[in-house]
Amino acid sequence: MAVGLTLIFGVMRVVNFAHGDMMVWGMYLAFVLATRAGIDPYLSFAFCAAALFVLGVAVQRGLVDRIVDAPHEMQILLMLGVALVLENLALAVFGPEPARIRSALARLTWEVGPLYVDVARLVTFVVAIVLTLALWLFLFRTELGRLIRASADNPYGARVIGADVRRIYAAAFGIGAACVGAAGALVAPILPFQPTTGLSLSVTSFNIVIIGGMGSLVGAFVGGLLVSVAESLGAVFLRPSLKELFSFGLLILILLLRPAGLFGRRAA
Amino acid sequence: MRTAAALVAVAVLLALPAVLNAYALTIFILILFYAFLAQAWNILGGYAGQLSVGHAAFVGVGGYTSAMLAAHWAVTPWLGMLVGAGLAAVLGAIIGYLGFRFGLRGFYFVLLTVAFAEVCRILVSNIDALGGALGLYITFTGDPRQFQFQDQRVYYYVALALTLLATGMAALIERRRFGIYLTAIRDDEGACEALGVDTFRYKMLAMVVSSFLTGLGGTFYAFYLFSLQPNTVFGIPLSVEIIIRPIIGGAGTLLGPILGSFILTPLAELSRQYFGQSGLHGAHLIVYGLLLVSVVLFLPHGAYPYLRRLFKRA
Repeated sequence: MAVGLTLIFGVMRVVNFAHGDMMVWGMYLAFVLATRAGIDPYLSFAFCAAALFVLGVAVQRGLVDRIVDAPHEMQILLMLGVALVLENLALAVFGPEPARIRSALARLTWEVGPLYVDVARLVTFVVAIVLTLALWLFLFRTELGRLIRASADNPYGARVIGADVRRIYAAAFGIGAACVGAAGALVAPILPFQPTTGLSLSVTSFNIVIIGGMGSLVGAFVGGLLVSVAESLGAVFLRPSLKELFSFGLLILILLLRPAGLFGRRAA
Repeated sequence: MRTAAALVAVAVLLALPAVLNAYALTIFILILFYAFLAQAWNILGGYAGQLSVGHAAFVGVGGYTSAMLAAHWAVTPWLGMLVGAGLAAVLGAIIGYLGFRFGLRGFYFVLLTVAFAEVCRILVSNIDALGGALGLYITFTGDPRQFQFQDQRVYYYVALALTLLATGMAALIERRRFGIYLTAIRDDEGACEALGVDTFRYKMLAMVVSSFLTGLGGTFYAFYLFSLQPNTVFGIPLSVEIIIRPIIGGAGTLLGPILGSFILTPLAELSRQYFGQSGLHGAHLIVYGLLLVSVVLFLPHGAYPYLRRLFKRA
């Protein structure tokens, strides 16, 4: 999911505080599809991605587009507003109780030698890798992908060569949101979730993106691994409730020592 | 003229408890308390333009300090209030030193403040001596020396005094060279440095004043509500409560935070009560979100400057 955030931030320099809440909407969408229509989240994630794509484009076109040139602070506040609305709409619609999706896959485990592998987690992991690869291919091998990267590097230059920067921003925001929607649906069978999960998901993904490096896909991926490993180790060696301390500690260190992140280029 | 208007406003606020019923009084206590926190934030976030989304940490440090001092060392919260605010200022100085020394701006500074507040929250929830995740509860004695009052009106006057203190502080800063430096830093930090202004020093000063005042608020919070939970006093939602009022009222103006609190606090309380009964929790936060979005889109300087222009034209 951090991949989606890094795309939005990297391209548009817009800080999406509503990221985690978009993901929660992806989860609930998968939840509704699973309970009402009986569609397994491992299939419905494509639909969730499409729905979130539409939401992302709508937010970008309707709101962010109007203040793309405004100071950074205004965008942060704008997205904070969007986040509050999304989170509490979810709370109003779905109620505060934690939800969880039962998937047939989630009950399976495979025995591989001495290890037990949880099939659901494995599938999620594999799909995440496939999606990251697909996104990478898209960004580096297709015309639209090149234009997105060009607008990120130099919006003025992109306009000079005739790119419709506003449309490209909308596409980038939409794709970023779609990644989050897919991620939400894929994680839903593993993690129980509730509307307030959105905030901590946003914070976690900011951690990941900052640690990995703004605007870098590899960075987002490595950052994600690093944060989860740090948190798991923290949970094993200290108390589980202290595990977030490690990711925040890591975040503060990275912010101070290498604000561009491990894989990021120094932003101007 | 301005002094006269201010005196009339203060006189009205002083006389108000006489005519309010208990429920309205509670709302006014909250309005004033949040106006105070908003004003404290405004010194750093409004005038100096350093967006802190971690101000809840200062409330938490201030509240926990005075509550612990009162419970274990029998130190009166009136004194504990100052100690707590002092510690909050120390924390503010640490965050400010790191943030400003390493030149974190905009979003990076926001994240640094969030990260510090979250670290505080996690630490406090894991320290059993501080009550852990359950938090601290304060036994009600009604003893004024313990910062506890039978009569709600006393809380009102304390909140009013705090608001006046922070507003007086902001007014003082606004008129001095310090305030001009701060707005100059907000508008163009590079140009400021080029003119030889020690931006680091003034940002630090703003941070320390702001966190000290916010820390004072922590004690009020603790002894007004009689409980402190790490997730509420250190959490991001409280930080959002603190920043949203000045932003909507008008950041970087003297009356903006107060106006923001007078708009938002009753709105939040009413929608909480009205929708909360029908099981819709978080309705006030939807209102916050919508207001925030529309203020950013249509009134980027906040409500107060807009109203002032309206009146000047009329």
